Amino acid sequence: MPLLEVKNLQVSVDDREILHGLSLIVNKGEVHAIMGPNGSGKSTLSHVIAGKPGYEVTSGEILFQGEDLLAMSPDERSARGVFLAFQYPVEIPGVATMTFLRTALNAQRKARGESEFSTPDFLKKVREVAKSLNIPQEMLRRGVNVGFSGGEKKRNEILQMALFEPSLCILDEMDSGLDIDALRIAADGVNALRSPDRAMVVITHYQRLLNYIVPDFVHVMSRGRVVKSGDKELALELEASGYTQFEDAA
Amino acid sequence: MNVALAKTGTERAPSDIFAVARDRLPGAGRIAEARRQAFEAYERAGLPHRRIEEWKYTDLRVLMREVLPLAPEPDAAVLKRAAAALKLHAIAGVRRLVLVDGVFAPKLSETADLEQGLGIRTLRDVLEAGDSAHQAQLLTPDNSDAMVALNSAMMTDGVVIEVADNAVLTKPLHIVHIASGATPFAMFTRSLLKIGRAASATLVESYIAANGAKAYQVHDSLVVSIGDGARLDHVRLVEDDRDAFNISSAMVALGEKAHFSTFGLTSGSNLSRYQPVITFAGEDSRVEANGVNLLNGRQHADTTLLLDHAVPNCASREIFRAVIDDRGHSVFQGRIIVRPQAQKTDAKMMTRALLLSDEAEADNKPELEIFADDVTCGHGATAGALDESLLFYLRARGLSEKEAQALLIQAFVGEAIESIANDGLRELAISAAERWLAVRG
Repeated sequence: MPLLEVKNLQVSVDDREILHGLSLIVNKGEVHAIMGPNGSGKSTLSHVIAGKPGYEVTSGEILFQGEDLLAMSPDERSARGVFLAFQYPVEIPGVATMTFLRTALNAQRKARGESEFSTPDFLKKVREVAKSLNIPQEMLRRGVNVGFSGGEKKRNEILQMALFEPSLCILDEMDSGLDIDALRIAADGVNALRSPDRAMVVITHYQRLLNYIVPDFVHVMSRGRVVKSGDKELALELEASGYTQFEDAA
Repeated sequence: MNVALAKTGTERAPSDIFAVARDRLPGAGRIAEARRQAFEAYERAGLPHRRIEEWKYTDLRVLMREVLPLAPEPDAAVLKRAAAALKLHAIAGVRRLVLVDGVFAPKLSETADLEQGLGIRTLRDVLEAGDSAHQAQLLTPDNSDAMVALNSAMMTDGVVIEVADNAVLTKPLHIVHIASGATPFAMFTRSLLKIGRAASATLVESYIAANGAKAYQVHDSLVVSIGDGARLDHVRLVEDDRDAFNISSAMVALGEKAHFSTFGLTSGSNLSRYQPVITFAGEDSRVEANGVNLLNGRQHADTTLLLDHAVPNCASREIFRAVIDDRGHSVFQGRIIVRPQAQKTDAKMMTRALLLSDEAEADNKPELEIFADDVTCGHGATAGALDESLLFYLRARGLSEKEAQALLIQAFVGEAIESIANDGLRELAISAAERWLAVRG
């Protein structure tokens, strides 16, 4: 059974159709890249998978581990192992990062019927992961993402990914706003989490990111559909020739 | 009291309340005369209503309708129920002073082994046994507000606390108002806290109900003077029964280089009004007056604050937060007066309301009246819903809708609560907020 199966998905926002019948199959252990020009519907796909309100699925379905993902609330999806690394992580003043991490982790564990993490275990784990991602302890005491640079916000997303151990990671434009050093740290963090039990969907506009996170499959999206799929060579091809050919095809 | 008013059968004549209670009201001579005048002032005005500017958003004629008769003296059974309620709201490490149905309860209070420089008496005792200085101070409140006038006329008991010059009280004082009434009645209390020069104290006031007490009325007032170089930390928690009414006033005067830090949290009562008047009477003093309203159902809570910068070089800060669900209604009116001589005044006020439902209502009315030209004053007011993008972020991380809301609500009120300097008191406010969130479910 595939980990994620998107079948002929049609999605509208305010009565305007954004996805026109998108299909995608992702198995455990695979890394898929979804590339495409601005406005092709990449972020819409990530939002619909995570359960963001405001999108109307008019047709098609999404199965996660064989179950109807669209019937689940966003928190239920999270507890089942769906993780979206946001393109623009929000700032939450007044909620300390540590408090947030612990509340979230324990909410997910509770939903799965697991016991809450003990404080020392939790702290140890957070410190370890934070260190590997070059996140200073001081950042963890601040409000969630408050005063963080673009790179720090992205690293904070990867910190959460490492902590929550999801089975499906959707990385939405992880490279946007990052310089090359920040990108390398973030990509190293992601690569460390690659595992036979986990799949990743890397959404990006540029091929550059895929030099660091090398995908098994590349899909090109244009105007709300996957118009071409291939291996990592497809990304290089795109780099050379651009998206125009696919826009014509779509 | 020969006031001839046409009344329906169900309406109680306001004068009856005073006439019936008169024998139980302490103090003769000057005190009795002051009561009589105060009651006349109240009767002339009647219950405040929306055509009186200060009461525009809290029309007591509509919301409270009448003043209930004075509560009977608590008997042994009542005191037992009060003791049970007290247990649930006990705070560790404080000196408890308990008023049950508006009457001081010595057996539930801790008046033995007073620290050096601390004096505690009851209002009844002070009004009956003389002590003209304290009496004069107790009679200072201005009866131009009808509800203050009513309280001046009807005050039955309370505590009179004196902290001597240079005395530093390490143990907070905790005045607990407990209502027991299975049948609705009113209690009228007034307390006095006098803090000497260079002294410091911490005061907590709680308003709670014994099991079964419902639509009672609390009419309370607090008179405070803070001496030169003195400090008062004050926390006020209104956790009355949700059918109850709480009408309270405070009159606080600060000397030179004094510091007053006050925080109020209202999560209880059906209708509450708190009207503190804080006056800077000496230079180089500082006030932080913060508060949080947590309302749901049909609760109505009104904080009407007046800060009077009467002298130069003083600073005041107000942070007020309201969280309103269902058909709750929160009112914050903050008036800052900077008098002509009060140069170098630094006054800032910020009020924010969080509306959790379409029918929730917030009225924020900051007013600055500045008559001096060399001052720094500012105010801001906002009202809005929880940010959907923050809620989604939290839900995408596994928090349920209620959990996500709770975390954001805690953050929202946190800024006002964080201002409480004393760790224990801050925890108290946080746990009161958590209780509200827990009940919310």
